[in-house]
Amino acid sequence: MAVVFEKTKGLTDKPFHYCPGCTHGIIHRLVAEVLEELNLVEKAIGVAPVGCAVFAYDYFNCDMQEAAHGRAPAAATGIKRVNPDCAVFTYQGDGDLASIGAAEIVHAAMRGEKITTIFVNNAIYGMTGGQMAPTTLVGQKATTAPFGRQEDHAGMPLRVSEMLATIPKAVFVERVSVHDVKHIVQAKKAIKKAFQAQMEGKGFTLVEVLSTCPTNWGKTPVEALKWLEENMIPYYPLGNFRNTEEVK
Amino acid sequence: MGKVTFDENKCKGCELCTTVCPVKIVVMDKDRINVKGYHPATVKEMDKCTGCASCARICPDVVIRVER
Amino acid sequence: MAKELWKGNEAIAEAAVKAGCKYFFGYPITPQNEIPEYMSARLPQVGGCFLQAESEVAAINMVYGAAGSGARVMTSSSSPGISLKQEGITYIAGAELPCVIVNIVRGGPGLGGIQPAQSDYFQSTKGGGHGDYRLVVLAPSSVQEAVDLVQEAFDIADQYRNPVLVLGDGMIGQMMEPVEFTEVKKRKLPEKTWATVGTGGKREHNVINSLFIDPAECEKHNFRLFEKYKEIEKNETRVETYNLEGAEIVFVAYGTTSRIAKNAINSLAKEGIKAGLIRPITLWPYPHEAIEEAAAQASVKAFLSVEMSMGQMVEDVRLAVNGKKPVHFYGRTGGMVPTPKGIVEEAKKILGGAK
Repeated sequence: MAVVFEKTKGLTDKPFHYCPGCTHGIIHRLVAEVLEELNLVEKAIGVAPVGCAVFAYDYFNCDMQEAAHGRAPAAATGIKRVNPDCAVFTYQGDGDLASIGAAEIVHAAMRGEKITTIFVNNAIYGMTGGQMAPTTLVGQKATTAPFGRQEDHAGMPLRVSEMLATIPKAVFVERVSVHDVKHIVQAKKAIKKAFQAQMEGKGFTLVEVLSTCPTNWGKTPVEALKWLEENMIPYYPLGNFRNTEEVK
Repeated sequence: MGKVTFDENKCKGCELCTTVCPVKIVVMDKDRINVKGYHPATVKEMDKCTGCASCARICPDVVIRVER
Repeated sequence: MAKELWKGNEAIAEAAVKAGCKYFFGYPITPQNEIPEYMSARLPQVGGCFLQAESEVAAINMVYGAAGSGARVMTSSSSPGISLKQEGITYIAGAELPCVIVNIVRGGPGLGGIQPAQSDYFQSTKGGGHGDYRLVVLAPSSVQEAVDLVQEAFDIADQYRNPVLVLGDGMIGQMMEPVEFTEVKKRKLPEKTWATVGTGGKREHNVINSLFIDPAECEKHNFRLFEKYKEIEKNETRVETYNLEGAEIVFVAYGTTSRIAKNAINSLAKEGIKAGLIRPITLWPYPHEAIEEAAAQASVKAFLSVEMSMGQMVEDVRLAVNGKKPVHFYGRTGGMVPTPKGIVEEAKKILGGAK
């Protein structure tokens, strides 16, 4: 018998603190597996966000920095400019990236910073207990939108991948999901291409990963996967929005 | 043909693995609770395991090791 | 080496380059724009990296990232921009990272004015950002001194793993004075084994972080920081005294204001009035001892804190004098600059009243 699946060396041994069924666990593992497969663990430097993944520096087995809320792309800019040969990545939630960090991500993309951003979109603020996010769907309830997000009061959610794909130096932008095994496999492929594009010096790369938050959605983990498929994918279509160099 | 090992004390009882097994052999062990207080995922009919690793791929806590 | 005429802002930038600063992240704001402009042309010449960030907030976070990677890195701004940087500064202090921040102070509060002021003293020395931390604050009074202090700032930052603030004002930034770039005495500095540069498979992963979610750990971390600050207070306090012997009134002033105060001292001397000056060069750590000694001096009747503000450093003067002698304040603000005549008249008023 040969081992066909075991824990990647890109992760430390520390058990994840995430809620049962939280897809952060899957996404961390995919990133770590990609780093290991591309032989990048020893030269990776990651930037953890403020959000549920604030302790990501304990889980990835590479040098890590904790950044202020929303500022990971700026910290990553400093890191990559000092270490141009390293695989520099940010791992950010929807509050971190699309709310307080909206300027930083746009400008990192504008400058074509050779970093890879893993954008975890679960349409809510997880860590702080379920407030509305820029990505919360119209009608979706949140603690700061108790009647559901109202379009004429709070506007419509941000489609980050589509927005960033208009930026010339954002060379690889793809939206994926992790709600079933088929999509998990596709998500990993996209993450791999993103890191490859970074290491080939092509420009800014981002993978938006549709994710669940069972706790703040008020659903079981299994129900949450279904909710993602039925409600998030129609508004946030999956697919590649930019692949300028046709990274294979 | 396949064999899965569960690092049971890491399991949080989320049940995602039980939804993806093509031969439906992954179940939550209602007879026990692990150190975290959850019913851990387990396989009782290992002879049916195909070693596809679907359960391992969807597990958010890297609980499952797969051999084939 | 010959003396050359340099504009303050540009001299500060060149001094940083001479000190080995290879990374600069900044944003335009008057009256410090010559610093990023100079760096944008100069850093590529030395294989460094200049970036105009999208905001002062982004700039300080780029500094954090680069500092965490072990680089010598600087940012500069002016008062409102320094306000924006406060969160980033406490993160840098909390994560114990070295960097140099230059504030070319302008009138405030709010958008204020673009002329020189000293109204950021509280912001620089009493926090500015949240949490228990300290910045080493260096206050040059001339372009030459700015050049010397900027070069030392990088060594101080590296030695203690702490951000260092160089507090100038619009005058220092904009005026031109003769400058000699001499080699500042190098300190023996430890290697940055803590930096994030990739593990290379040779060591455990490094984490740059200011989060200590366990309160016992967070407290321990704060105790550690304060042990460090005690060291800095012991080793780095700097002050200049002028004409204190037999002085009846002691001016306390820093930066360009101290030069105006010296002028006033010389004018008063012509009238037979003995005035002296205590010029803090480090605003943190503050030279309390020099002020305590002067307060104990029999000849001294009063202290006068002279600042380009509504009175910020005067509180530290009062603390140091500790009730022994009266402490007065004289200042102009909003971009207005005190004149020697104004200080002379204030001193006479105080001494007239004291007689």
